[in-house]
Amino acid sequence: MSVIERPLLAVENLSKAFGARPAVRDVSFSLWPGEVLGIVGESGSGKSTLLNCLAGRMQVDAGRIVYDTAAGAPIDLVTAAESARRHLMRTEWGFVQQNPRDGLRMDFSAGANIGERLMAIGDRNYAQLRSTAESWLSAVEMPLRRIDDLPRTFSGGMQQRLQIARNLVTRPRLVLMDEPTGGLDVSVQARLLDLIRRLVQQFQVSAIVVTHDLGVARLLAHRLMVMKDGMVVEEGLTDQVLDDPQHEYTQLLVSSVLSA
Amino acid sequence: MYVAVKGGEAAIENAHRLLAADRRGDPSVPELSVAQIREQMSGAVDRVMTEGSLYDPDLAALALKQARGDQVEAIFLLRAYRTTLPRLAVSAPIETSRMSVHRRISSAFKDVPGGQLLGPTFDYTHRLLDFALLAQAGPMASPAVAGEASRRDLPQVMDLLQAEGLIAVETATKSAAPFDLTREPLTFPAARDARLQNLARADEGFLLALGYSTQRGYGRNHPFVGEIRSGTVSVEITPPELGFAIDIADILVTECQMVNQFAGSKTEKPTFTRGYGLAFGMAERKAMAMALVDRSLRAEELGEDVTAPAQDIEFVLSHSDNVEASGFVQHLKLPHHVDFQAELHLVRRMRAEVGATTAEPVIAEAAQ
Amino acid sequence: MTALLDGYNFAFLDEQTKRMIRRALLKAVAIPGYQVPFGSREMPLPYGWGTGGIQVTAAVIGLDDTLKVIDQGADDTTNAVSIRRFFQRMTGVRTTVKTREATLIQTRHRVPETPLREGQILIYQVPIPEPLRWLEPRETETRKMHALSEYGAMHVKLYEDISRHGQVSTAYDYPVLVNGRYLMRSSPIPKFDTPKIHMCAALQLFGAGREKRIFAVPPYTDVRPLDFEDHPFSVESWPTSCALCGSADSFLDEIVLDDQGGRMFVCSDTDYCADRRAAGHAGPATTPAEVTT
Repeated sequence: MSVIERPLLAVENLSKAFGARPAVRDVSFSLWPGEVLGIVGESGSGKSTLLNCLAGRMQVDAGRIVYDTAAGAPIDLVTAAESARRHLMRTEWGFVQQNPRDGLRMDFSAGANIGERLMAIGDRNYAQLRSTAESWLSAVEMPLRRIDDLPRTFSGGMQQRLQIARNLVTRPRLVLMDEPTGGLDVSVQARLLDLIRRLVQQFQVSAIVVTHDLGVARLLAHRLMVMKDGMVVEEGLTDQVLDDPQHEYTQLLVSSVLSA
Repeated sequence: MYVAVKGGEAAIENAHRLLAADRRGDPSVPELSVAQIREQMSGAVDRVMTEGSLYDPDLAALALKQARGDQVEAIFLLRAYRTTLPRLAVSAPIETSRMSVHRRISSAFKDVPGGQLLGPTFDYTHRLLDFALLAQAGPMASPAVAGEASRRDLPQVMDLLQAEGLIAVETATKSAAPFDLTREPLTFPAARDARLQNLARADEGFLLALGYSTQRGYGRNHPFVGEIRSGTVSVEITPPELGFAIDIADILVTECQMVNQFAGSKTEKPTFTRGYGLAFGMAERKAMAMALVDRSLRAEELGEDVTAPAQDIEFVLSHSDNVEASGFVQHLKLPHHVDFQAELHLVRRMRAEVGATTAEPVIAEAAQ
Repeated sequence: MTALLDGYNFAFLDEQTKRMIRRALLKAVAIPGYQVPFGSREMPLPYGWGTGGIQVTAAVIGLDDTLKVIDQGADDTTNAVSIRRFFQRMTGVRTTVKTREATLIQTRHRVPETPLREGQILIYQVPIPEPLRWLEPRETETRKMHALSEYGAMHVKLYEDISRHGQVSTAYDYPVLVNGRYLMRSSPIPKFDTPKIHMCAALQLFGAGREKRIFAVPPYTDVRPLDFEDHPFSVESWPTSCALCGSADSFLDEIVLDDQGGRMFVCSDTDYCADRRAAGHAGPATTPAEVTT
C-alpha cells in the first residue's frame, strides 16, 4: 500500500466551442494506467472533438489535461510548451484515426510507415528498422512480403492494422482511437477488435476509444463515458452502463442497439 | 566535334537587339509615345501602377512601352525601379470618404445618400467591336453633362451600416506602425495589414480566380457590394519642420467594400463583416477581387472553418505575386544540366541494377 | 569592360539595404544552417534567376574584391555572363574566371573543383531553401519542425529510397545537417559536391531572394549528409574521365554529340579543366587548342 497510484490522465473542466456552438462542455474524467476508456454517443455529441482536444489537435477554450509522463512528472498539456507536447505525441502517445488515410503516409511503404516514429527518435540503422518493421507486421498479423507495398494497395482492415503498428512501435503508454473499426465490414471488424484487445493487453497500453458502436465499446472498454450535447451524461463500468443504464439518453442508445 | 559553349556575352547582346527591333515593330508605323500610352491605354497603366506599387502614370506608361505591352514584365520594371527610390516621407492614410468621386455604386441598397453615380464604366456596354475606332482619328466623345462628372464628400455606405452597429467596427492598431511588405519579409501567420498589402500588389488574374472560387462555393462568404467608388483623393504628408499636413498629390484610386455575412460567435452577435479592396486608377475588377479574397482570408480570425484555397493565408499570400511567380516559373529556362546529369547518373545506375536482375537490355552508358 | 552605370548606388542596393542584409548574414553565420528571413528587395533580374545570391554579393562586395560568377560550373553560361555583367556595370570591380584569384564566387548549382581557401567567400543562389518543403508545404509547420529538430520525416524518405531502389535516390540538393543542429538543403548542388561544404576553409553564404531567406556555413563547420549507418552517403563517379583534360575526379557534363548515341564527358568546372590543360594534361577526345575557340 506504499505506492499511491496516480491517474495516467486527468481531465478537468474541459470546454471547447466552435463559434457560438459549444462542442465540449465542462468535461472531467480520469484514466488509470492500463485502463481502456470508451467514449460513446451519437455523432455530434462532442466525443471526437474531445479526443482531438486531448491529442492537441484542437485548442481548448478552458480546462486542464494533466498527463503523468513516463519520467514521473505530471504535465498540463493545455499550458505545456508545444515542443513537449509534440515530443509526447510521437513517443508516449499514439493516435489511431478512423480513416487510415489521415493516420498513414499513403505515399510511403508499410515499412517506412512503421519506422517513422523510430527514425524520429534517432534510429539510424536501416537493417534494424526493417527487422523491427517486420516483427510489427507479424504482430498485427500482416504478411511480411507486403513490407514495401504502399498503403493504398491494402484493404481497409489492413490499413488499420498498419496504422496500429505504426503507433505501437515506440511502445506508447496511451493510445487514442477514433472509431478504429468504423467503415469496415463486420467480419473484418471482429478480427480487428480481437487484435486491438490482445495488443492492448500484451503491451499494457492505456487507451481512450471513441465510438458510436456500443458493441465495440463493450468489447474493448473497461469503463464507459456517455456523451450528449458536449456533456458527459453518464459514466461507469462498461457492463454496468450497458446493462443497467441510468440516464434516459443512455437507455435510448442501448435500446436502439438492441432493437437494431 | 564538340566545342564548349562560348560567347555568351555576344549572344545576349544580339538577343537584346532583336528584342528592341521586335518591340518597335514595323518602322513604317509611327512609334507610340509614352503620353499616348498614358492617355489612351489607361487600363493597362492602372494595372501596372497597382501591381508595381508605384503611382506614376508616366513611368508605368514607359514600362509598358519598354515591355512592348507585356504587363507582368512592365510591373517587374516598375518594381525594380521603385526599390531604388529613397523614402522621403510617409503619408497620412488617404481619406476615401473625402474622395472627389467619378463613379460610385452600391448594390446593397436601391439608393444611397448622394445617389448612385455610374461614371465611366464598361458596365452595360454591349461588347461589340466598334469599327469606327479602326479609323485613324475616332470621333471625339461628347463631354459628360456638367455636374455629373464628379462629386465630393459622399457619405460611405459602410458608415451607414456601422452607425446602426450592423457591421464590425475596424480601427487601426495605434500601438505599432503598420507592417511594411517592401521592407520586411512576410512571415506567417500574417496579420491583416500585411495581407492587405500583399493583396494590393497581387496579380489581378490570381485574385480574380480566387475571388470567383469563393462565389462558387469554395469558402463561400455571401458577399454584397456595399460600395465601389472611384475618384481622386489627396495624399498628405506632415513634414516635421512644418508640423502641419500639406497636400502633395492627387491620385486616382478605386475602393471596394464588400459586405459579408457572419453568423456570430459565443461572444459576438451576428453581424456583417467587411472585405476590403483598393487599387490605383479605375481598377474595379481588381478591387472587387481583392475585397472578396480579403474577406475569405479572415476565416480563421472569425472562427470559420478553413477549407478552401481562398481561405488559406499561407497559400494565397505565397503565390499571389506575379513578379515572383513569373521569375520562378521562367527560371526553368536556365541551364540545369548539372542537376540533370546527377539524375541521369542515378537513373542509369538504378536501371543497370534492375537490368542485372531481370536481364532486360540496358542502354549503354557512354560512348567511347 | 562594361561602362559603369550612372544613377545607381555602388552594387545597386542602397547602403541601408546592404546593412540590413549584412545584419541577416551575421545572424546566419552565428547560427549555421538556420534560415534567417530578410527583407529581400526587388532586383532588376528576375526572381529565381539568382536574386538571393546577387543581393548577398551586393551586400558584401567592395572595390578591392575580385568576383567570379559561375552557373553549372561554367563562367560562360548565359546567366553567369549576365550576372557578372550586372556587377561590372554596378560596381566596376575586377572579375575573373580563375577560382584561385577570386575573393567572391557567386555560384549556381556547383562548388568549384579547386579547393577554396580561407578568406574566400562562396555565395550560392538558392531557389527553395527549405529542406522539409516537399514533406510539408507549410512554412508555419516547417519552422516548428526546425525549432524542435523534428527531422525524422526526412529519414523516412531516405528509408523509402533504399527499400525501393536499393539506394538513396536523391542525386542533388542532398539534405545535410549543419553543425549537428539545423537541417539544410545543399542549394541544389549535385551530391558529388556535398562533401565540399563540410569543413570548407571559405565562408559559404546562401541567398534565396524570392523566398526571402539567408543562411550560412562558416569556415570549418561540420556538415553531414543524412544517411543510415548501414547505407552511408556516397557520391557519383564516372566510368570515364574528362575528354578534354583527362581528369578522373571532377564532376562531368555529358555532351550529346549526335542522335546515334554518341556522347562525351567533359568537366563541368571550365576553369578547373582549362587549368589542367594549361598544365599539360589532355583527355582522350581532343587537343586543348580545339576547345578554347
